Amino acid sequence: MTTLVYLIPVALFLGALGLAGFLWAVRSGQYEDLDGAAERILIDRDDEPDGLTRRANMWN
Amino acid sequence: MSCCAPGAEMALDVVDTASALPSSAEIKLASRSLGGDTNQTDLSLPTIHCAACMHAIETALKKLEGIESARVNLSTKRVSVRWHGDQVPPIFATLGQLGYQAHLFDPEIANGDKTLSELIRAVAISGFAAGNIMLLSVSVWSGAEGATRDLFHWVSALIAIPALAFAGGIYFRSAWNALRHGRMNMEVPITVGISLAYAMSLYETITHGEHAYFDASVSLLFFLLIGRTLDHVMRERARTAVSGLSRLAGRGAIVLRTGRVREYLPVGQIEPGMDLVIAAGERVPVDGDILNGSSDIDCSLVSGESTPRPVGPGSDIQAGTLNLTGPFTMRATAAAKDSFLMEMVRLMEAAEGGRSQYRRIADRVSALYAPMVHLAALMTFLGWMIASGDWHVAGTIAIAVLIITCPCALGLAVPIVQVVAARRLFDAGVMVKDGSAMERLAAIDTAVFDKTGTLTFGRPRLVNAPSIDPALLAIAADMATHSRHPYAKAISIFSGSSSQPGLASISEHPGFGIEATMEGNIWRLGRREWAKSEAQSVGQGKYGSNGGTVLSRNRMIVASFDFQDAARADAGAAVKQLQDANVSIEMLSGDTAQACRELAKSLRIGNFVPSLLPSGKVDRIEALTRAGHKVLMVGDGLNDTPALGAAHVSMAPASAADVGRNAADFVFLRESLLAVPFALDISRQAGRLIRQNVAIAILYNVFAVPIAISGHVTPLTAAIAMSASSLIVVTNAMRLQAFKKRAVPGNGLPERRACLDIRDQSR
Repeated sequence: MTTLVYLIPVALFLGALGLAGFLWAVRSGQYEDLDGAAERILIDRDDEPDGLTRRANMWN
Repeated sequence: MSCCAPGAEMALDVVDTASALPSSAEIKLASRSLGGDTNQTDLSLPTIHCAACMHAIETALKKLEGIESARVNLSTKRVSVRWHGDQVPPIFATLGQLGYQAHLFDPEIANGDKTLSELIRAVAISGFAAGNIMLLSVSVWSGAEGATRDLFHWVSALIAIPALAFAGGIYFRSAWNALRHGRMNMEVPITVGISLAYAMSLYETITHGEHAYFDASVSLLFFLLIGRTLDHVMRERARTAVSGLSRLAGRGAIVLRTGRVREYLPVGQIEPGMDLVIAAGERVPVDGDILNGSSDIDCSLVSGESTPRPVGPGSDIQAGTLNLTGPFTMRATAAAKDSFLMEMVRLMEAAEGGRSQYRRIADRVSALYAPMVHLAALMTFLGWMIASGDWHVAGTIAIAVLIITCPCALGLAVPIVQVVAARRLFDAGVMVKDGSAMERLAAIDTAVFDKTGTLTFGRPRLVNAPSIDPALLAIAADMATHSRHPYAKAISIFSGSSSQPGLASISEHPGFGIEATMEGNIWRLGRREWAKSEAQSVGQGKYGSNGGTVLSRNRMIVASFDFQDAARADAGAAVKQLQDANVSIEMLSGDTAQACRELAKSLRIGNFVPSLLPSGKVDRIEALTRAGHKVLMVGDGLNDTPALGAAHVSMAPASAADVGRNAADFVFLRESLLAVPFALDISRQAGRLIRQNVAIAILYNVFAVPIAISGHVTPLTAAIAMSASSLIVVTNAMRLQAFKKRAVPGNGLPERRACLDIRDQSR
């Protein structure tokens, strides 16, 4: 019984942390362009000129 | 060039009528000020679909002067550009060079997004609550007793409060709205069930009782909200796709003030008596008369007439017609609100009725269901009062009846099927506005088609090409590439790869045709009278007469061309499939009887009514409705808009006029008319599944209610029964996904593969 007194709040707190994280993500627009986010990983930033960037620029 | 935009055939195979880029004044009108001198312009780019597209667009736009940021959203296929300064950056030209066709987007009223984020938050909160309460409940069911059980109940009660307040609020508001208007909807029994379950559980907790239903009331909310959110997301996607289509009507026009000052005014501010300049490729914003200049205008959206009409000084023109070949000045004779366009909107509003009277299946079911359930609960309470005399026992059992009958499965039965159906339609390029449209479509027995632009492309095709001397045809085709008149476009398809060497000094005479010289001969391609006459132009009185299109050499006619409006791909097959599905077909058109008869014959349509005015189409549909038919109207023109409103359910192609597109329940983005039978098929399958689901939900109640009335329901059995019934309903809805896939219209090669192909080539 005594373990429950602190285990339940801990469990709820961790759950609430996850919930807060999710709500923050929704509010800051992370779910607005899911397809775009998946594709953006393929884009190299221009400030890192390496072989990949040059290849990417060939398409443009 | 960008990697994929030119090569990949996207869903939007919309016929691009000769459209001009929006002027910077129009862009300014459509952008939203962000404070200071920063503006945001939203554009829809239907052809983007990969990382390289996004990268190309964003880097190209950011290089422009005055642009602060450009962000592509791939999900909604839009780009929002922030720019500052008085000068509008050349966004459209830049995108055009990259190979992307952009459309202006009206400043967003972020209404839909707000609803969505509220729903997502509600799902998150109720999901969190449902998960935690379920954990605690499992401990109770597995034998927690005494103080431990009380503790668990209290914690559950606390967790449930925010879930009920936030997630339940959506249902409470909706139920209250319905009750206030004396109606009944599915939310009413849900609200009653959830709140009574919570109140009773709280009482049990306070009195150290054994049975608390916190888990039931919260997980019920969670399940229902998932269905509701999916429904919303699906509808929002369809709505975004439709609103991202290009706007056909301009937002304003260039007005000539005294002293030759040109000013760009929004359509609403144009008054009768003003002189407007209409460039080739623009739409006429208000009714008026032409002052000077001559051109050909395309009336297909306005009257359904497929042949372009030559116009010159003195001709009166209607708002919504498209100026094809030459610029002209016109004097407005009516303000926008008195113009043809608004007249159509008013006619449409007057005609609306069939659809507003429609009551959705879910509402009809709940109108019967809710009173029955509540009556059953009341009877249970009274019965147990008489039998046991203990009001606590009677109350607990009565509320258990309410919880077990709380229409979880019923609340999911309809929306889940419609989400799956809308998803399948979306994949086939058919956008559906809401679920009720699908229910109405499933009930139709008559389909009424407009001719020009719906059954046909509204675009002429050269039909006697084989009988023309190939050498002459090649000359004509090369000349024709210099004009955007629909006839010229139809001829220019036949131009060979090698260009005629001697073709020189090509000039277009708007309203008449094209002139060119080759090896000392004067060639003319255009109207018969003009082609064989000496003068540069023929008398004014002859505007509007149509002597056919010919090619002449030194005023001697050497070839003549016959055109026919081309039927849409698969129009015949679509008509046949509809007839096989026991739908009778009719064609209503504003075009001539001759043109209608030919098309009706080739498509095997038995009934057609030619030369109809817009109100005539409404009358015909209303007559059919009075005769007990449920009518589907498929049309694209402004003149069809009132009929779209009058029909039981309506469909429009993506190339339709803006008002029509907004009025229609379904919009299909691909060229093929097979979208119509496909949508009908899916809607009927969905209708069948909805009825099955409702039957399953009711069957579940037939078994569960007697158990509840006899007082044998515990929180554990309630949780199992409710989850199981929801799962069965959802699984049944998923069957729609697996139904044999009929050949989906225009389902060419997947866009992504097209992208990759081109990437490979460029390596």
